[in-house]
Amino acid sequence: MRNVFLFIARFSNLLFFLLLQVVALSMLFQFNKFHQAAYMNLANEATGRVYIRYNKIETYFSLQKENEKLRQQNAELLNALKDDYAVPDSSIQVVTDSFRVDSLEQYRKFLYLPVKVIGNSIDAQNNYITLHRGSNQGVGVNMAVVGPEGIMGKVVNVSPNMAVAMSLLHRKNSVVALLKKGGGFGEVVWDGKDPRHVTLNNIPRTVKVQKGDTVVTSSYSDIFPPGKIVGYVAQVQEDKSTSTYSLKLKTATDFYSVQHAFVVKNLQKAEMDSLMKKIRKD
Amino acid sequence: MSNLLRNIIRFVFFILLQVFVLDKVPPLHQFVVPYLYFLFILWLPFKIQRGLLTLMGFVFGLVLDFFTKTPGLHAAACVLIAYARPFVIGILMPKEAAEIGYSEPSITSMGFMPYAVYVLILTLLHHIYLVFLEWLHFGNFWYFAGKVLATTAISLLLILITEMLFVRKSKYRTNVA
Repeated sequence: MRNVFLFIARFSNLLFFLLLQVVALSMLFQFNKFHQAAYMNLANEATGRVYIRYNKIETYFSLQKENEKLRQQNAELLNALKDDYAVPDSSIQVVTDSFRVDSLEQYRKFLYLPVKVIGNSIDAQNNYITLHRGSNQGVGVNMAVVGPEGIMGKVVNVSPNMAVAMSLLHRKNSVVALLKKGGGFGEVVWDGKDPRHVTLNNIPRTVKVQKGDTVVTSSYSDIFPPGKIVGYVAQVQEDKSTSTYSLKLKTATDFYSVQHAFVVKNLQKAEMDSLMKKIRKD
Repeated sequence: MSNLLRNIIRFVFFILLQVFVLDKVPPLHQFVVPYLYFLFILWLPFKIQRGLLTLMGFVFGLVLDFFTKTPGLHAAACVLIAYARPFVIGILMPKEAAEIGYSEPSITSMGFMPYAVYVLILTLLHHIYLVFLEWLHFGNFWYFAGKVLATTAISLLLILITEMLFVRKSKYRTNVA
């Protein structure tokens, strides 16, 4: 026993070093579990506060660009209003429409929550977006983050007032997407090289693809609302081994400057999940 | 300014510099990541307990990890260089000089060549370990080799600039106090 203590005393520095290494590495390799870890909540709240202070200053530098983006989105939405369409009245009978908009509310699938982006990285291999809205304000894990121009990522961790989202620029990110014109499903991934471009894999060669084609999210996803823009085809590469195309996309979202976004909540996800669970059990 | 206060200020300064300045620089290339934060560990005083030094490395790395959302990555690399630091200093400097001379490693306290070697070894060690851990998650050998070389080069450049900008006036401590 005495020898054990002597050994510990003699190599205390080495043992301490090894202990800290083990702690650090176990944190690193439990990477997927870490998102849910309790201490990350606390850390997110703390780092989030610093990010807010920095963001207050940073916002001023891109106000004009941001205004432009939001104005464009407003115009798009205003143009979609029902009131903008007027057909010359040719009816002779007055019909009162009893199907009010409110009655549709119970069928709502996606709810958009406006959110402020307070932290965003682009130069790492795994990038994250920090949002100033948390579980107290209705944000939950696995909700989509969509910007005015296109999709940005999905939420992986929430604390009471902050949330952290996995950016589209993340090595483990994968989003099912399709070509708006011509269909053809594929998977959007990032190779870590260029924050302006992502790759859309596994597009069958039968699909006609052109440079500049729009790629949108599919309706298969229970996270992303369908039809949101992912990016635009910048380059068509033929994958010789699998007879598919692999398309280089220019991301719709300019990740160099993001300030505002929407967290998209899927209100029917719980029902879908419980259904899928039932199937897996059988 | 006391040593403790100075190092607390440096701690905060290097974290903020790394997170809000260097990490915000638009990436030139996948391999070019400007790392400077670990200079904090290189600048810690000579007279610091081994265990405490290792712990400081861990805490410092972990704080950065919380900002970059990579728990354990920078902490592991910082612990390694904090643990290896006394060995490197022991090889490069005679023991007595480290104990009675200046308070912390710098060009004036160690001489230009020993200090340069000290910085080079620890920088290389830090980057090799950091990129190696990244390599385990993704990438191939060329990613590893290229990124180690590129990040080391850019770090050394940044350290050189920092040393020229902030000349640390380290007083020579004599036994006659």
